[in-house]
Amino acid sequence: MEQKKVVMDADGIDRSLTRIAYEILEKNKGTDELCLVGIRTGGVFLAERLKKKLTKIEGVDLPIGILDITLYRDDLRLTNKKPLFGKTDIPFSLDNKKVVLVDDVLFTGRTIRAAMDALIDFGRPKLIQLAVLIDRGHRELPIRADFVGKNLPSSLWESVVVKLMEKNGVDEVVIQDDNQSTEHT
Amino acid sequence: MKLTKKDILGIKDLSVDEINLILDTAESFIEVSTREIKKVPTLRGKTVVNLFFEASTRTRTSFEIAGKRLSADTINISATTSSVVKGETLIDTARNLEAMNPDAIVIRHSAAGAPHMLARMVKQSIINAGDGAHEHPTQALLDMMTIREKKGKVSGLKVAIVGDIAHSRVARSNIYGLTKMGAHVIVAGPAMMIPKDVGRMGVAVHNSLEEAIKDVDIIMMLRIQLERQQQNIFPSLREYSRYFCLNRHNIKLAKEDVLVMHPGPINRGIEIAPDIADGPYSIILDQVTNGVAVRMALLYLLIGGQ
Repeated sequence: MEQKKVVMDADGIDRSLTRIAYEILEKNKGTDELCLVGIRTGGVFLAERLKKKLTKIEGVDLPIGILDITLYRDDLRLTNKKPLFGKTDIPFSLDNKKVVLVDDVLFTGRTIRAAMDALIDFGRPKLIQLAVLIDRGHRELPIRADFVGKNLPSSLWESVVVKLMEKNGVDEVVIQDDNQSTEHT
Repeated sequence: MKLTKKDILGIKDLSVDEINLILDTAESFIEVSTREIKKVPTLRGKTVVNLFFEASTRTRTSFEIAGKRLSADTINISATTSSVVKGETLIDTARNLEAMNPDAIVIRHSAAGAPHMLARMVKQSIINAGDGAHEHPTQALLDMMTIREKKGKVSGLKVAIVGDIAHSRVARSNIYGLTKMGAHVIVAGPAMMIPKDVGRMGVAVHNSLEEAIKDVDIIMMLRIQLERQQQNIFPSLREYSRYFCLNRHNIKLAKEDVLVMHPGPINRGIEIAPDIADGPYSIILDQVTNGVAVRMALLYLLIGGQ
């Protein structure tokens, strides 16, 4: 039997993103040198939504990039899987930028470690901040998020899945027993 | 979908799904070469040996750059500066290289089948970088990638391959690949340069350049390979170029948006007029750019991971 619980619905996701957008502006005192970089794939859609909200609030058009961290993963060497990966596309210089890295779920922190290594190969940002929709705990590296939609304490045998309209046709966050699920976090 | 092969020896052994996987992966790799810091840590600690028994600029450099951009250590061995000149056989050279534990060996050899023999003998991944007049799989993959990039698809396109088909490993690999991917392939060249049974590979055959390129989407010109010919295959280069040189007049027979490809090195004025090689139809240098991405993809798919 699959146990599945919706912990956030479409309105909840939207309100969290609105709050995060305001927090980003507050913390950075505006949008000077600010840019967004979404981590494939969930983070990309969330970054695009944040960008829209920031444009609405401040009336500015922030640069946005897409990052695929596959080539920087620390477990490539240990598995025989060669994951298919998408294009990285950061069409602007990161030098002296304030980069807000966006991902859907923060879990072990290894994805974020890889993402920071990748970003630094693109230039020298002034600072990197992290925005996530869900922080589910269980960190394996000393990494924390600056902006969190929802803290969701979870067990290791559970999986947290962020479904987004752009790829799943629905906006919701579900937590489920991990027996069948293969979703990555 | 993943690539389960140990080696890449020829396009003949690749399925359509495998070709698409390689091309999709290569497309994602293009971006790495456009960065200011053109390096990702993916193959850190891996070693790639480039074993070249024949002359090469493009392919060898391309493999070396591909390996380096993935952080692999690449080592180049060319026949003229190796123990081959002291009489060491290919098998002994390979066994000695194997003993030094590289992860992949890229080989170019004048004998067809040399990479296949190596693949059977050593545990490392072998990539064929051209074996005699047999196959040149990475060239065909980068050609298909370039066609897909420019035309959005391979399937349904008309592709003319013109030149010395019989001696060309590029033609053979491309015929296997393009027909698998659903393109219509037309080959043309002087009768002496067309293999008798080439029709069995699913291609149309012409003896005239003009007929072959009529209404095609892609023209792939081949280099006349003087090094692979016995004497007397054709009377003179001048005569060849008179009938088989792609120029600004005969190219009008092809589709208006035709693209011209060439695996290089080009013999200007023999198989291709300089204004065509450098002109707006030419995607010759895009082929070279994509070559690095295709080779990165192959190294990643073959030796990324355990």
